[in-house]
Amino acid sequence: MSSVIRPYGDATGDGMVQVSFTLPIPHDKRAEGAAAQLARKMGIDPALVVHARAMGPDFTFFVVYGPVNHLVELDKVEVIERDFPLLTPKEVNTRIKKGLRRPLVVVGACIGSDAHTVGIDAILNIKGFAGEKGLEYYSSLEVHNLGAQVSVPELVDAAGKVKADAVLVSQVVTQRDAHLYNTKEMTAAFREAFPRERRPVIVVGGPRFDVSMADELGVDRIFGKGTTPGEVASYLVNRLVRQG
Amino acid sequence: MRLHLDQSQVARARELAAVAGQPVVEMTRAHTTVSIERAVLRMAGLEGADAEGIPWVNRLADCVAEQVGLDHGVARPVWDALAAQRRAGIGGDDPLLTLAQRAAGGSVDFRLPEGRAAVSATTAAIRAARAGVRRVDKQRVARERLLTRYPVDHKPWIYLIVATGDIHEDVPQAQAAAREGADIIAVIRSTGQSLLDVVPEGATREGYAGTYATQENFRIMRRALDDVSKELGRYVRLTNYASGLCMPEIATMAGLERLDMMLNDSMYGILFRDINPIRTFTDQHFSRQVHARAGIIINTGEDNYLTTADAVDAAHTVTVSQLLNEYFAKQAGLEDWQLGLGHAFEINPEIPDSFRMELAHAMLARELFPEAPLKWMPPTKHMTGDIFRGYLLDGFFNLAGLLTGQQILLVGMMTEAVVTPWLSDRDLALQNVRYVMNAAAGLAEDFQPAPDGLIATRANDVLGEAVDLLVRIADDGLLPAIADGTFGLMKRPADRGKGLDGVVRRAEDYLNPVSVVLEEVPA
Repeated sequence: MSSVIRPYGDATGDGMVQVSFTLPIPHDKRAEGAAAQLARKMGIDPALVVHARAMGPDFTFFVVYGPVNHLVELDKVEVIERDFPLLTPKEVNTRIKKGLRRPLVVVGACIGSDAHTVGIDAILNIKGFAGEKGLEYYSSLEVHNLGAQVSVPELVDAAGKVKADAVLVSQVVTQRDAHLYNTKEMTAAFREAFPRERRPVIVVGGPRFDVSMADELGVDRIFGKGTTPGEVASYLVNRLVRQG
Repeated sequence: MRLHLDQSQVARARELAAVAGQPVVEMTRAHTTVSIERAVLRMAGLEGADAEGIPWVNRLADCVAEQVGLDHGVARPVWDALAAQRRAGIGGDDPLLTLAQRAAGGSVDFRLPEGRAAVSATTAAIRAARAGVRRVDKQRVARERLLTRYPVDHKPWIYLIVATGDIHEDVPQAQAAAREGADIIAVIRSTGQSLLDVVPEGATREGYAGTYATQENFRIMRRALDDVSKELGRYVRLTNYASGLCMPEIATMAGLERLDMMLNDSMYGILFRDINPIRTFTDQHFSRQVHARAGIIINTGEDNYLTTADAVDAAHTVTVSQLLNEYFAKQAGLEDWQLGLGHAFEINPEIPDSFRMELAHAMLARELFPEAPLKWMPPTKHMTGDIFRGYLLDGFFNLAGLLTGQQILLVGMMTEAVVTPWLSDRDLALQNVRYVMNAAAGLAEDFQPAPDGLIATRANDVLGEAVDLLVRIADDGLLPAIADGTFGLMKRPADRGKGLDGVVRRAEDYLNPVSVVLEEVPA
């Protein structure tokens, strides 16, 4: 196969694409010209403005067809691999049942003064986030959501009591790097309370974290903004369940 | 278009819902909650927050709880203290606010008044509650007047969502949506508000995937929609969420600020937010009493079951929940026209006859609740990101809704699960609705499911399964059924969940002056 390809409409190499977009101008001849100009700048030439429709007095919606003059060089495609495979809830359940032969125990909390349980609830509550159900939905996960403003000793205590495999901590609203301070305090407490091999996996999440700071903070993983429950579940399986 | 349901099964289903629901209603009458007590203060006109943003209703209710407990209600201790404050010559224009401020500063001693003091505190509290309820009544009259002046004479009502997080950004978006054809604007709440045991104050500009429900935000949006109603000659309804830990307070705010519809489900908070069952049912009974008085249409949340469980296997749980929601609603004084019972188009489109089953389920709901304005929710679970296929699915959703007379049509977006709707997504979605309405508005007249056909059989089967489940719930009790994971697959025991510490068992002489006014038989 050639390493250079073009989009396919109905003949090899025709390069045909379709795009739709809205411009913030009233619908008239000039608007259609503007749409064609934009399409040309995107590499679509000649651009066929096949549909234009006024949406109220100030906006126009367009559908444009045409050949795009860019080439795709397959040997230059870079794929950034996730370091764990994304699993469906069913796959997560099967892996845990087979590999662990008991529910995987997860404890979640917001620590410090942060009362915003948005993050932890999006990941844990069955309601979930971004169309994915939360971890409570997984029959193979035993979830203990401690809620907001949990102190570090309380969290360590709860994790020990329920024999947590993983601890999930969310930090949403922070001031003056409080989230970093809180996290370091928490990981120190876990290191102190658990022997190395029995310490639960510690995962933190929140929009203010830099996901590359895991080592510095002493956590096993950091998840940033937009993380879905499925990603967290997949990570936990990858990390905690023997592959079989 | 009729299914010819087995009417003895229909009657039996209702009886069983009553058997299952009645002990729960009795339980709610034996309890109060922190949020109900704060709602009493809100109804009496207490607004605003301290420098830390803690509402005065929380400050005042907390002080009363600390000093004398809430089992008698906040009313007598508060209005007794107000009388003392007046005797001391303090108070000014807003004595309730002054009292809250003084109490927060630690300079008020609350007591449970006895004898004549108790009688006069009771009278004063009821007078204050009545003044608040009168404001709610005025808003209801205003809505009726506006609906006469700017009538909405088509069905279904088109329901669109706005969710920017910033109330000042929501306003132009909501007005644009109304101009594009929305009859109902729902302002989605910030994620996580349902778990706050406090209602934020003032106009808010920062939310997560939604905008905080605050009284000021309600006011701002109502004013904006009144303007656009006038411009369009068509009254645009406003919707928000009376759910979560502050359900009674938000219901009160909605009545005071003339919201028209509120999402208010009997079990959603329990199942999907892990809120304590006793807290939820108790809060809900009060909030529905307020909604009943305010002329607000409630929207229930059965669609959510189908996003967790399979839409075919769990179809009967929707019916069961609708029947329970109806029972609880009637117990709180809501009328049939106020019951926007929910359901959804969530059957896997890969299944053969999926559309016929959707029609069967939708017709079942229509026929079980002939006077209720059903709320019809679009596909979400099987929207894959393939917007072209999603657009077709939304077309079938619209057709099913039109054929079966669903009154509140939440408009499906082809970009569901991709992005929050773009301007063009909304425009295309409304074109879809209009095409179906224009092309097939009268189709129901020509369409009669065969008596032994798949649709009629399926509907009767679902009803039968619903009756079987109701038998079990009526035997075991609703709270144990919820604890066992009967609905939406979640197990929620009555002695757990969020907000349990805000539930208080009522004392013999418990007084809720708002309930007293709402339960008065009209003269």
